Amino acid sequence: MSQATLEIIRRSGTSGPAPGEGVRREFEVCKLIDTTTCIGCKACEVACLEWNGLSFHETVFDNSYQTMPETSWNYWNLIKFNEHEREDGGGLQLLMRKDQCMHCAEPGCLVACPAEDAIVQYANGIVDFQQDHCIGCGYCMSGCPFNIPKFGPTAKKVFKCTLCVDRVSQGLEPACIKSCPTGCLHFGTKPEMTELAQKRATQLRDHSGFANAGVYDPSGVNGTHVIYVLHDATNPEAYGGLPRNPTIPWTVRAWKTPLKWLGNLAIVGGLVGVFVHYLRFGPKDEPKDEEPAKQEAKS
Amino acid sequence: MTNGWVDIKNTDMMLIMGGNPAENHPCGFKWAIEAKRNRNAKMIVVDPRFTRTASTADLFCQIRAGADIAFLGGLIRYAIENNRYAKEYLTNYTNAALIVKEGFKLPEDGLFSGFDSVKQVYDKTTWNYQEGGAMSGTSGSGATASAAKSAPPPAPTKPGAPAAPPPPVLLPANTAYDLTLQHPRTVFQLMKQQYSRYTPDVVSGITGIPADQLTKAYELFTSVRKDGDTKKVATIIYAVGWTQHTFGTQIIRTAAMIQLLLGNVGRAGGGVNALRGHSNIQGATDMAGIFDNLPGYLKMPNPNDTDLAAYLKRVTPTPSKPGVWDSFNYYSNTPKFVVSLLKAFYGDAATKQNDFAYNYLPKTDRNYSWTQIWDQMYRGNVKGMFAFGMNGVMIGPDTQKNIDALKKADWLVVGEIYPDETSEFWRAPGTTNDEMKQIKTTVYRLPCAGFAEKDGSMTNSARWVQWKNAAVPPPGDCRLDQDILAQIYAKVRALYQKDGGKFPDPILHSTWAYSDAQHPPLSEIAKEINGKALADLQDPMTKQEIKAGQQLPGFAWLKDDGTTSCGNWIYSGSWTEAGPQLARRGTEDPSGLGIYPNWAWSWPANRRVLYNRASCDLDGKPYDPSRKQVWWNETAQKWVGNDVPDFKVDSHPKDHMGPFIMNPEGLGRLFVPIGAVTDGPFPEHYEPIESPIKNPLHPDHSNNPVVKKLTTAADKYATPDQGFTVVCTTYRLTEQYHYWTKNNPMNVQLIPEPFIEIPVELADEMGIRGSEKIKVSSIRGSYIAKAFVTRRIKPMMIGGKKVYQIGIPIHQGFRGIKEDEDKNARTPINFLTPTVVDPNAFTPESKGFLVKVEKA
Repeated sequence: MSQATLEIIRRSGTSGPAPGEGVRREFEVCKLIDTTTCIGCKACEVACLEWNGLSFHETVFDNSYQTMPETSWNYWNLIKFNEHEREDGGGLQLLMRKDQCMHCAEPGCLVACPAEDAIVQYANGIVDFQQDHCIGCGYCMSGCPFNIPKFGPTAKKVFKCTLCVDRVSQGLEPACIKSCPTGCLHFGTKPEMTELAQKRATQLRDHSGFANAGVYDPSGVNGTHVIYVLHDATNPEAYGGLPRNPTIPWTVRAWKTPLKWLGNLAIVGGLVGVFVHYLRFGPKDEPKDEEPAKQEAKS
Repeated sequence: MTNGWVDIKNTDMMLIMGGNPAENHPCGFKWAIEAKRNRNAKMIVVDPRFTRTASTADLFCQIRAGADIAFLGGLIRYAIENNRYAKEYLTNYTNAALIVKEGFKLPEDGLFSGFDSVKQVYDKTTWNYQEGGAMSGTSGSGATASAAKSAPPPAPTKPGAPAAPPPPVLLPANTAYDLTLQHPRTVFQLMKQQYSRYTPDVVSGITGIPADQLTKAYELFTSVRKDGDTKKVATIIYAVGWTQHTFGTQIIRTAAMIQLLLGNVGRAGGGVNALRGHSNIQGATDMAGIFDNLPGYLKMPNPNDTDLAAYLKRVTPTPSKPGVWDSFNYYSNTPKFVVSLLKAFYGDAATKQNDFAYNYLPKTDRNYSWTQIWDQMYRGNVKGMFAFGMNGVMIGPDTQKNIDALKKADWLVVGEIYPDETSEFWRAPGTTNDEMKQIKTTVYRLPCAGFAEKDGSMTNSARWVQWKNAAVPPPGDCRLDQDILAQIYAKVRALYQKDGGKFPDPILHSTWAYSDAQHPPLSEIAKEINGKALADLQDPMTKQEIKAGQQLPGFAWLKDDGTTSCGNWIYSGSWTEAGPQLARRGTEDPSGLGIYPNWAWSWPANRRVLYNRASCDLDGKPYDPSRKQVWWNETAQKWVGNDVPDFKVDSHPKDHMGPFIMNPEGLGRLFVPIGAVTDGPFPEHYEPIESPIKNPLHPDHSNNPVVKKLTTAADKYATPDQGFTVVCTTYRLTEQYHYWTKNNPMNVQLIPEPFIEIPVELADEMGIRGSEKIKVSSIRGSYIAKAFVTRRIKPMMIGGKKVYQIGIPIHQGFRGIKEDEDKNARTPINFLTPTVVDPNAFTPESKGFLVKVEKA
């Protein structure tokens, strides 16, 4: 990985071309999370907080080992716990899935964002929020199929996992990967990680009795730069609500593409109409005698 | 561990029981995952709760806390019945073929032969081998084990009779044996008979594990010996879930027996592996942080050992084996270890003329274990306590008794980095202001240094002694522990010098030859532990010379004539003339077995796998050529290998020297003779002191017969008919570390509150929902916390009745970030646990006691 991978290939809030767009992306990075060897130790949660300088949270126990119900604007990495009875009669499972930004190839947040350059996608695949440009509208939150971007009430901006872009650009792995004790987290190029994930899924199918083991790399968002190995890829919802077929909501797509054009058309049409109206009827005539009448009334 | 952390990656099969490594040893657990990923190793987890370890297992069995011996005994039975054991290994490397003395009786009624019901101890005379040579099954004496049952019990000792020293019971030098294993009194036949009672149905009724699941687990584990396979290896991994029982030592013994039966000890990926619960608890044990040991597991002298010769005679074993076999009997070197230790303790004051100052050593006249210390303080006999590096109020059972004990003490010195529950015992929950005013104990709180502020070594579970440097100096007035202790010692010595006293010599004559007596550098202490030559020495074989004053290369150089000094024989070799071996950082691993011979230093002699001779067949060839540890080199006429051979290097395989060189037999012990274990030569299932059922095997002797309950008013034990019907166990969480990280915000946010894990079915019965408060009471105290209603603990059928089991994490107390903020104290979990201990290791029974559960 190098800084070259930080070339921006897509930007929010503008239809203008991004520098480097269309260039072959050789350095696409990928985080592989093998949920079958995750032990829910939460080292990644703490590493994320410490690397990113995020602070202590007030939490409450809620009938689970899970630290909080969902990720928050300053808690970007959360293990989701679920007690799950296997459908095939294989008994109870304690499913643990590390939840964070999936860094979609087709990022719904970026598509939805109206602020220029507030969300960028780098050549290495990382989708990064630029809080300097964020206007805090929260549209990215509705654009994300994974419920990841969260609004920070103090800063009035939206935050999420950066895939440790600052580390990655220096050739380091993200902090969560570095802290993982069992090696259930891997980091590398997308093809490498995909191969590793497929190999592990095959091993699970052949040797561990998980007939439906598979890789989660959803096509609805053109694949993600965070992929999972699941014991049962046919039931991603069991892993703390991983969407079966995530897509960018049609409303977001609609307002960013056809509706945006319709809107633009309406704006331009309105302006044209005003101009034509002016040509046709001229300036509005104000009644001349109203003002003195008012003055009279006052006096 | 017989093996090591990294070595787990070499295994084909894991039985994880009495431990929860994914949560409590997450970094080490990576090697279990490696074995799964790279070798398709299988993992069986047996635990009272479906833990995070269980989430990665191939097979999980939910067991009732305290039923472990029943489960493992059933496994032995299955392996024997289905011929899934290592025949050659069993016959030649264990004592399976040795013949047991006539009169020995198996505990079909709950008692072995020789029980004295008044004193609650065994006369171990019959727990021995028979003298004699080769015997065969048909030409035996005719005495069968069942006939032995009719042997007359020894006459009960008259109460009040003067206590005479027990007559020494010795192992016979030439033991009787039968290599066909057919003689009815061979250890093998007795073991077979002992566990024939542990059928799946019986075991199921005790453990709560359905019989078909038991069989599945047994089949899977023993599959490494399917069809006579000797290549595959299985490991057994455990932690304090096995030790905290009134039969804890015997659970671990059962595991050792299984591993000997299947031929897994000494082999890469095998062994019996204790996961230690603290970064340096192995080091603490090695250095005799326990009352009945001297450093290096040498036995403590007792008052009957009137002089050095008498003591050495008692503690130095003589070989005991079939005449045609060889035995190294490494502990025959005990006098060298002891004399070198005395030289390290007392220096020039230890001379040949004065028995090397043997009389300076304290003699243990009775049990001074943890619960006894607190019991004696509670009775007003112990007046003060130094508590360093541990939080005594939180650790021990029956917290209220311990707090009440501290109230009776005159003084308490606590060395800590945080204000802890021990130094603030006077404000434990339930103590009123008026009561606080009545407490007269003076508490001295000394600010110590944290682990990152000290250098020194830590010994991990794998016996690796690893040196670390201090990262930062201690802040403010905090001082290093060794400085505090050195300065206290200097003051005490000055007082003895000035005022004399009953016996000042041991204090005045202790060596203290450090470059700065007030601030002894740990490097100098480490060198002292390694040992040095006190005179010029020469190895008669190699002619290698060591000059007086030089560091010793290893314990083979130790002498019993006062010419060497060594603070702990097993650490000899850790800091040699070549420098601190324990600080090495070489990452090469030529064998690929994870031996890393140049990383730190592993006791003994930098050996990574103990008893590794047993990884080879009788001819000295590795059982599995793909995992070659050591082997016999016929050309060189010696044992060589990737690991350091744990054996007499020039002992030819045809001499048939046993691989278990620390036993006088040279053999792994399936049967433990003459009371090395105090409650039986074979493990037998006994119920926990507080149990929901009577022992189905022998209701009249339900509990371990040699376990003695404590007798103060504070020591209370419950029965189910008092309404205490739920089995409770305690455990740790991955998010917290003992009682310490509740002072660290990062940990506190992960697990912010105490909770109690209860089964869904119990919650439904009580009308409780998750996160609602419940109250758990034992006969000793109660504990209120939120309920964690889970499907990970299921109700069990025990002895035909439905039994619930619950679990409570140990971490929360009444000092810490949350505790301080809330201003309402939280109860330490040990308010619930009973003060009753294992008769061998004296570990309290915190896993499996009785409670009742109510809405709070």
